[in-house]
Amino acid sequence: MDFTLTKEQQDIINAAKEFARKEFPDRAQEFDRDETFDFEIWKKACNLGFVGLNIKEEYGGQGLGIFEHCLVTEEFWAVDAGIGTAIISTAFGSELLSLYGTEEHKRKYLPPLVSGKSIMGTAITEPDAGSDVTQAVTTAVRDKDEYVINGSKIFITNGDKADFLVVFCRTEPDNPNKYNRYSFIIVETNRKGFEANKLRGKLGIRASDTAEVSFSDVRVPISNLIGKEGEGFKELMMFFDLTRLIVCAEAVGIARAALEEAINYTKKRCQFGQPIASFQVTQFKIAEMATLIQAAKNLYYEAAWKVDHGMVDPKLIAMAKWFSGEAAVRCADEALQMHGGYGYLDEYKVQRIYRDAKVVEIYEGTKEVEKIIVARAYLPKY
Amino acid sequence: MEIYFKEEHEIFRKTIQSFIEKEILPLVDEAEEKEKFPVELFPKMGSQGFLCIRVPKTYGGRDGDKIMECIAIEELTKGSSGITSAFTTHGGLATDPILRFGSEDQKQRYLVPAVKGEKIGAFGLTEPDAGSDAASLRATAEKRLGGYLINGTKTFITNGPICHYVIVAAYTDVTKKGSGINLFIVDRENPGFSVVKKLTKLGHRSTETGELSFDDCWVPKEQMIGDQEGGGFNQIEYTLRSGRISTGARCIGLARSILEESMYYVRNAKKQGRMVGRSQSVRFSLAEMAMYLDVMKAITYRCAWLYDCGKVTMKDAAIVKLFCTETLCKMAYDGLRLQGGEAYLNSNLMQRLLRDSRLHRIPEGTSEIQHLLIFNELGI
Ligand SMILES: Cc1cc2nc3c(=O)[nH]c(=O)nc-3n(C[C@H](O)[C@H](O)[C@H](O)COP(=O)(O)OP(=O)(O)OC[C@H]3O[C@@H](n4cnc5c(N)ncnc54)[C@H](O)[C@@H]3O)c2cc1C
Ligand SMILES: Cc1cc2nc3c(=O)[nH]c(=O)nc-3n(C[C@H](O)[C@H](O)[C@H](O)COP(=O)(O)OP(=O)(O)OC[C@H]3O[C@@H](n4cnc5c(N)ncnc54)[C@H](O)[C@@H]3O)c2cc1C
Repeated sequence: MDFTLTKEQQDIINAAKEFARKEFPDRAQEFDRDETFDFEIWKKACNLGFVGLNIKEEYGGQGLGIFEHCLVTEEFWAVDAGIGTAIISTAFGSELLSLYGTEEHKRKYLPPLVSGKSIMGTAITEPDAGSDVTQAVTTAVRDKDEYVINGSKIFITNGDKADFLVVFCRTEPDNPNKYNRYSFIIVETNRKGFEANKLRGKLGIRASDTAEVSFSDVRVPISNLIGKEGEGFKELMMFFDLTRLIVCAEAVGIARAALEEAINYTKKRCQFGQPIASFQVTQFKIAEMATLIQAAKNLYYEAAWKVDHGMVDPKLIAMAKWFSGEAAVRCADEALQMHGGYGYLDEYKVQRIYRDAKVVEIYEGTKEVEKIIVARAYLPKY
Repeated sequence: MEIYFKEEHEIFRKTIQSFIEKEILPLVDEAEEKEKFPVELFPKMGSQGFLCIRVPKTYGGRDGDKIMECIAIEELTKGSSGITSAFTTHGGLATDPILRFGSEDQKQRYLVPAVKGEKIGAFGLTEPDAGSDAASLRATAEKRLGGYLINGTKTFITNGPICHYVIVAAYTDVTKKGSGINLFIVDRENPGFSVVKKLTKLGHRSTETGELSFDDCWVPKEQMIGDQEGGGFNQIEYTLRSGRISTGARCIGLARSILEESMYYVRNAKKQGRMVGRSQSVRFSLAEMAMYLDVMKAITYRCAWLYDCGKVTMKDAAIVKLFCTETLCKMAYDGLRLQGGEAYLNSNLMQRLLRDSRLHRIPEGTSEIQHLLIFNELGI
């Protein structure tokens, strides 16, 4: 098996790394403290082609794979998770449009995402429907040539910043098969009846906005339907197969950041007359972190490579997702510990890494959900 | 556990519980948010005899035992771990050395008002470059004009920004590594003393933690704890041994909150018919939490009892600290995950419990240092 990256992939990594190192570090703490973001950085990222690079060329993108998307994400998160998310998530959901949208959707919505003129979000989660999306009760009822949408969604990334959201709605409540009840519908956020409320005080990735959104009799034309009515669940599963890989890349990125902080700090910090890096306990921890990162990376590389070669493997993606999430949390925890009391202070980057890292075990399928998927592959009858 | 608790302990637990509910709980959220300790709690706690539990009646104390102190810390932490930090330091590290090694005069001037909550104490050992290796501290106390001239910087000092006095560790004899250290009591008014900055922390935001500077800070020799130069390190170890048992009690308080929050969440989820309420892996997590909590209680109160019998060793105390702090973090991680996205929000108590829990693997000897302490007593 050949794990060598192509020259183009290596160039993408280098460019993403260079951009992140130049733009992120000076602002990261400010955004984290104030829960804000400077969208000029997003625009610059768009100008350099980092956003939506897996969108086809005819819609303004570069037509690259999910793997390349992951590579950029990993490099961004290796510098700062909050800013990384704030940038990358502006096209969160474009995969749904690319895969299932009409020609008109793609022409209308995709190019501005790439060029930094528009921001989107995807709204699936509801107060009572997280891991089990089939509990979602936001409805879209057809009224002549419009859908009337009612309901509320929570934890929606960019909910209050987006120009439009792709919303997971119940369109066929009476279908006996609960997996055939849903559809994705585009909702422009300037429509009457739409409201968004920014959620403040997140534990981490605070540069990225998360909101509660509500729809009360929001009307959109039926042409805003993505794909086929009733196929939303199936589309969502495919979508998650892609976005979970992106979260794997986030996890590996932030785990690398933790390792980097740990290495730099333990080499510098002396106790008992020697650098703490010289203690065997420290060395073994570093060894374990590096191993976890490499293993997580190999898992997602393989899973993403398969996707780009037309062999989507949900089980492998799920393995990569829970494993990399756990690796990220563990690496962040160890890195904080190696900083002693300083790790507990706001001034130290490792503290932010620690808070940011936790999210990768939660969104796009919690660790438990991923294990359910893996287990089903091995014990299909249960 | 019952074998360690007498009736007086049970009564005490109830008394302090109702105080916490009435006087402390209403202040917690604001104190956490503003990162400001509600100092008015000190005299209130003092007037009820909750501050320095083990101080004898002659100094206005309650003459309680270590078990009672642990009960107080457990219950207080259950109410607010952040606020409790200030009290644990005050009633432990900042008064223990005076109680055990101080002069009668020091007891009258510091211990008596500390018990009443009229004076707030702090304990300054850690320095920017001396944490785990405390003996490498650089602060010095030079003999000068019938007293000592103290110079140095101390950091991570709990109560530093709000204290009236701080017990500070400094070398009286720099040629004697470790054994040349003494403890001194420095008043806040001392012109050489200053609070350099207040630190912003991941958790325990309602306790104020600071960096302190001692710049030609002259104190009369009566401010030295103990009557000989040297020997301060043993006093510190004595103090930390007790403090590590107290950390066990703090972990119990937090662990109770985590289990309670998780049970509440799962119970509700079950009612609403959500998967979390029915999944076996969640049940296993809860079972594990209950197990950890039980073991934490058992080893902590046993160790407190050993302390009261005068039989406790550093190994015993280190085992309590290591086990309780490490398992507490596991519980907090599970607790956070259990609640999915919700716990990622600040308004959610679980998030605070995680941030608070994460601390304990660091101060009073990191987990790694506890391993070393346990090993050292194995006699290999
Ligand atoms: C910062 C952030 C950004 C987000 N952005 C978005 C977004 O843009 N769009 C969007 O739609 N959503 C978003 N989410 C929501 C996220 O996807 C959900 O939080 C996640 O899916 C979990 O759902 P939940 O919070 O309802 O938890 P729950 O589903 O209630 O799960 C709670 C716990 O129970 C466990 N559990 C659930 N079912 C089972 C089972 N069958 N067996 C064992 N354990 C189980 C879970 O693993 C978890 O530990 C975001 C969340 C966060 C924190
Ligand atoms: C919120 C807070 C409150 C505090 N309150 C007080 C207070 O009131 N008074 C006070 O004096 N101090 C206080 N401290 C300081 C605390 O006691 C120190 O942070 C702690 O002792 C660790 O020291 P350090 O931070 O310098 O870490 P370091 O000693 O630099 O340790 C860094 C890492 O190296 C590891 N390490 C060190 N030596 C070894 C070894 N030999 N083998 C293997 N690993 C090793 C450590 O375990 C740690 O993981 C507080 C700290 C915090 C965070």
